[in-house]
Amino acid sequence: MTFDFIKLFIAAVFAGTPLLLGTLGEILTEKSGNLNLGVEGMMYMGAVSGLAGAYYTEIWFNGAGLPAVFAALIFSFLAGCLGALIYAFLTISMRADQNVTGLTLTIFGTGFAKFFGELMGQKAGGYVKVAAKTARSFGKLKLGGLSKIPVAGELFFHYNFMVYLALILALALAFFLNRTRKGLNLQAVGEDPSTADSAGIPVARYRYIATVLGGGICGLGGMYMSMVNQKGIWVPECVSGYGWLAVALVIFSTWNPLRALYCGLIFGGFTILRMYVPVPGLATQLYDMLPYVATILVLIATSIRQSKEHRQPAGCGHNYFREDR
Amino acid sequence: MKSTTSMATAQTEEKRTTPPIVCKVKQPRFHIAKRMDISFSQLTLIHALALLAALACGGLLIFALGHNPLEVYCEMVRGSFGSATARSETVKMAVPLLITGIGIAMAFRMKFWNIGGEGQILIGGIAATAVLAYMPGLPYLAKMLLMALAAILAGGIYGAVPAWFKTRWGTNETLFTLMLNYIALQLVRYLMYQPRWQDPGTKFPKIFSFGAENVLPKVLGVHVGWIFALILAVLASLYLSRTKQGYEISVVGDSSNTARYAGMNVRFVVIRTIFLSGALCGLAGFFTVAGADATLTESTAGGTGFTAITVAWLAKLNPLVMILIALFVALLQKGSISIQSSFLIPASAADLLIGLILFFMLGAEFFCSYRVMRSSRSSQSSGMKAPSADRSSGASSVKPAEKEA
Repeated sequence: MTFDFIKLFIAAVFAGTPLLLGTLGEILTEKSGNLNLGVEGMMYMGAVSGLAGAYYTEIWFNGAGLPAVFAALIFSFLAGCLGALIYAFLTISMRADQNVTGLTLTIFGTGFAKFFGELMGQKAGGYVKVAAKTARSFGKLKLGGLSKIPVAGELFFHYNFMVYLALILALALAFFLNRTRKGLNLQAVGEDPSTADSAGIPVARYRYIATVLGGGICGLGGMYMSMVNQKGIWVPECVSGYGWLAVALVIFSTWNPLRALYCGLIFGGFTILRMYVPVPGLATQLYDMLPYVATILVLIATSIRQSKEHRQPAGCGHNYFREDR
Repeated sequence: MKSTTSMATAQTEEKRTTPPIVCKVKQPRFHIAKRMDISFSQLTLIHALALLAALACGGLLIFALGHNPLEVYCEMVRGSFGSATARSETVKMAVPLLITGIGIAMAFRMKFWNIGGEGQILIGGIAATAVLAYMPGLPYLAKMLLMALAAILAGGIYGAVPAWFKTRWGTNETLFTLMLNYIALQLVRYLMYQPRWQDPGTKFPKIFSFGAENVLPKVLGVHVGWIFALILAVLASLYLSRTKQGYEISVVGDSSNTARYAGMNVRFVVIRTIFLSGALCGLAGFFTVAGADATLTESTAGGTGFTAITVAWLAKLNPLVMILIALFVALLQKGSISIQSSFLIPASAADLLIGLILFFMLGAEFFCSYRVMRSSRSSQSSGMKAPSADRSSGASSVKPAEKEA
């Protein structure tokens, strides 16, 4: 059983990035006290909108390459925001049940993506595919001398820009949550909204903003699935379960963006391990169960050894009504 | 903004007699209050309006695509109920939705978020197919009964496992049941290549066809599953509202502490109910493989587990109402297939519409339990009486301090 560790590591980073983005978005959301189970739906919305943004920028504005990339970023982010905004409006203003609203968002988002993906395909006469130039912009970066360092260059300086964007987002989110007043306020809202309210923190506003931005980040993760993993071709099943894995990763990373970095890497590794570490006698279909089985095992393990510090924000999953105090 | 508040405070310092009216700028124009009770007609009106609003939203989208929304909606109804074949197709789609919906409602009544319906259906289908694969020689009736029993047991156990972990260690059941969906799906893909399972007539990965001698009989053009589904809806309704076990489900759902103080074995109630929930989903899988499809495929569940969640929720977890809702959702699904052929609108429009309708219904719940009222001017100036006015003044008086900080 020999395998190339460097190749596995690199593939794990690529596969883990969309998971990391989804996880970061959901951490931000859950820190505000909203348990949004619609990550899968928002990722789907981001996937189709990012692709549509890039595709139509190419066609209408002749903007293959960088303009299309920016369009993909912006539209996927906005689509994620839109999904999250529906969720936020229903749970925060309309006081709907968080679990059911999140599940509905997943159903809606999946339908949204499949509907518009198919519609684009129809209009394009077959299937949607972005120009090679745009797809290349999502390819590996060449960072001059850094990429040429032996081993380290290959391990750390040879990814597409989305990988670095996700990394920066994780660091920024960790800084924001633990080192800024707004971040601490947000955590207060998620832990105990009525205390936060008494301290003059506008609970609803914090919840709205965190949920919507978190949804936007999930949308970016979805865009990664369609633009990088599928190389800018619309595949109706492109997200298939990654959103749910991201929700689970939030638990494994104990709501900590920095831990999400290596949790994303490990689970990214699980999803592609089959291609790099063959196990003789194990059917590929059974090997593909690995990320899901691993998720269940880690879920059980984390639930058995629950610690006080590493748990879900106390207000998470409950709507806050000032009048019910 | 800052200047107005400081002016207000300056005024109050001059006239000490009046209470501070710092809140004047911040006074919300509307406030809400809980409804004590709501009449049936009001309830119906709110839900009808929500449904209309959702359909109008979908209509806008159809209009944006360059079609006449009314024509498209009419075509949906015609395509799902216009002819005898269309009707039987629609009912065929409604059967697994109804049975799975009942199963999911049992779990949801306990606030146990079983979203593993998809996997439980597949496992039921696998178990039923296994009976045919390994015991093909049994007499017809024994075979059918054994298949149904295997599906019920397999689905039930597949549901009970996460319930056991949930009650033992509080393991997150939402993610556990969901991950089991993907595992069941991979298992179906695996079986497609296995001897005894793979279709002998082809080299493609495909599970054998059951053949006419191994499928359920038809009644009025649809496999008998629909009769069982109706009976199950009635039985489930009686079970939930008239039996001790149904009562236990309600109590555990409202408050597991209350249930514990009342001397109920909460762990046992949860596991038993989720076993039933999974068993019903497994049975839906049996009816799909042995009735509708006559084989087991990757799309045996095909999203039913998720759509059934919306069926259950739209029916407010009431099995009898679910009969209508399941038919309505089946109408949307079957209708979407027919508008795909006649208007070239993608069939996934059904999922989009179902999502929209549920969003609006969730929003409508708010108007069922709360009243929105315009804040009256008089209570605003006096700055007391109404608790909401008190609150907002309390909150806004903190504002300036926060601004300065």
